[in-house]
Amino acid sequence: MNVQTTPPRILSYSEALREAMAIALETDPRVILMGEDIGVYGGAFQVTGDLIDRFGPDRVMDTPISELGGAGVAVGAALTGLRPIFEFQFSDFATLAMEQIVNQAAKMRYMLGGEASVPLVFRMPSGSGTGAAAQHSQSFEAWFGHVPGLKVVQPSTPHDAKGLLLAALADPDPVIVFEHKLLYKMKGEVPEGYYTVPIGKAAIRRAGTDVTIVATAIMVHRALEAAEKLAAEGIEAEVIDLRSVRPIDGATIIASVRKTGKLLCVFEGVRTLGVGAEISALIAESEAFDYLDAPIMRLGGAEAPIPYNPDLERAAVPQTDKIEIAARRLVRGQV
Amino acid sequence: MTTLAKTETDNRPFAIKQFTPEALRAALKKMYLIRRFEEGAEDSYTRGLIHGTMHLSIGQEASAVATCMELSDDDKITSTHRGHGHCIAKGADVGRMFAEFFGKETGYCHGRGGSMHIADVTKGNLGANGIVGGGLPIAVGSALTSKRLGKSDVTICFFGDGANNEGAFHEALNMASIWKLPVIFVCENNKYGMSTSTERSTAVANIADRAVAYSMPGVTVDGNDFSAVAEALHIAIARARAGEGPSLVENLTYRWRGHSKSDRNRYRTKEEIEDWMSRDPIERFRAELITHGILDDASAAALLTAAEADVAAGIEFAKASPAPHVDDVTRYVHAEAAE
Repeated sequence: MNVQTTPPRILSYSEALREAMAIALETDPRVILMGEDIGVYGGAFQVTGDLIDRFGPDRVMDTPISELGGAGVAVGAALTGLRPIFEFQFSDFATLAMEQIVNQAAKMRYMLGGEASVPLVFRMPSGSGTGAAAQHSQSFEAWFGHVPGLKVVQPSTPHDAKGLLLAALADPDPVIVFEHKLLYKMKGEVPEGYYTVPIGKAAIRRAGTDVTIVATAIMVHRALEAAEKLAAEGIEAEVIDLRSVRPIDGATIIASVRKTGKLLCVFEGVRTLGVGAEISALIAESEAFDYLDAPIMRLGGAEAPIPYNPDLERAAVPQTDKIEIAARRLVRGQV
Repeated sequence: MTTLAKTETDNRPFAIKQFTPEALRAALKKMYLIRRFEEGAEDSYTRGLIHGTMHLSIGQEASAVATCMELSDDDKITSTHRGHGHCIAKGADVGRMFAEFFGKETGYCHGRGGSMHIADVTKGNLGANGIVGGGLPIAVGSALTSKRLGKSDVTICFFGDGANNEGAFHEALNMASIWKLPVIFVCENNKYGMSTSTERSTAVANIADRAVAYSMPGVTVDGNDFSAVAEALHIAIARARAGEGPSLVENLTYRWRGHSKSDRNRYRTKEEIEDWMSRDPIERFRAELITHGILDDASAAALLTAAEADVAAGIEFAKASPAPHVDDVTRYVHAEAAE
């Protein structure tokens, strides 16, 4: 008997993001895209691509190089009934717009006692590994995650890129989507049509019993590579893709650490006061603390700007071998 | 004045010709209400009923009310830290404003915002703002919504002379112009950004001169002359509604009080303050209405009495209102689950 199977639908991370935006533009006339060079240029990373041809320049709007003003226009548009998706060309450039993101978008609902809504998505190409040096390679998840009123997500797969972007757009409050630049070309299975990935829910990418590795964005893939190498030695790592930095899915992490008794946090932002510190504290304050049988470990970005030299650049953020060594040390108590 | 002369050349001020006597009387009442509201707020602050700080606009009432004369509830405004007058001009209830100042649950922001964040989105008031220049790009976004959704409403963006040196001002005016958006930038130039005069802070003689750089009309008017402000706004609003784009209107005015409650007034002279107080915009408007037969002394006094009654009732409402529950400190950070 012949069984008809549909081959999995494979898209790249950036194609998945584009598909999410196309669905939104098609189905909701309130949706507009704004950003620098997102029109005929297609975006610095070709994420908006050909959307301008399909939806025109009124809905795929090139802005001047005015990050503060552009972000503020998006805030005002969201406040009055549109659903803007605002692309920062690099997440680094959001520093020029901190006023509108932090003082306005994040606080508007609260300051107005719940009488206003700012349904706005900021897309932020982020992370190192492209040789673009210190002002084009940063990871600001913890910065924005520190602000009540913002939600912060970090998709690590094409599937989640589409689903989290559509969830962000459906959210009545501002959401920042950190897209890792090294993932744009990564391919993976992406369902057709509309779906969302819930904000605030982590994903267990690999089940294991010996150590919990909580990772974000590109670090999820490095953690999975490390886990495969460790498996050859009989160490079974559980890899959790955090997906959402704010709100954090504490329940999933706590349940995993209760099982494994060991926690390794792997993230790209600067280690001090970073995402790993929050996860560590979350475990230290939880019922999982009693189950720990090794100190919590964090692997994060170096206490330095991202350097240009490729060897230095690699050394500045966690790599697979470092994750492997750290996890082994946690489990075996040795390097 | 003969009937014949009136039909041939009508030399009356613009506002007298443009608005009905009822609308003009309501405008004077609003100006009284703003003045008495702020005096009441100041008094409540002195009595310890209001904490924090506040920025009073006493002396600037004509600018607020005349700017909003032709607006409907569909039209939007963005305001500033010195925004009480704008709120009242746009139709806010002074009881709910006082309740907000008193930090009460019945306030416009349920006690979460205070003086610097009062808004009433249902009446098109997108909010005061604690950040100098913060409202400028937001106003442009509001105008973008109007254009994108094919509506006819306009957005008035109030800001002070201090904001004209923020980058947000320049970015906002540029974007409004390239996209021909229905927004009117209304600068209330009261000569000082906190203590620093425009002469010391600003490279142009008139802030309206900066309109040239963004290819939009810019006009400087006597902001204490109700009719002059109303006329400038009439022209700018018509241009915006016709899809011809933004304008910049600069209302020259003066705040009688200090910048905020911490101000010791060391940067301006008593003579300067008294000179401006002699050009009281409310008194000028009242005299103009009497001259043109819109009201008499008795009916003007009745409007003032009515405004005072509103303020007294508003303060009583605020005092009697419940405070927010402390367990609700994180409420309103995000939309409630039902949404």
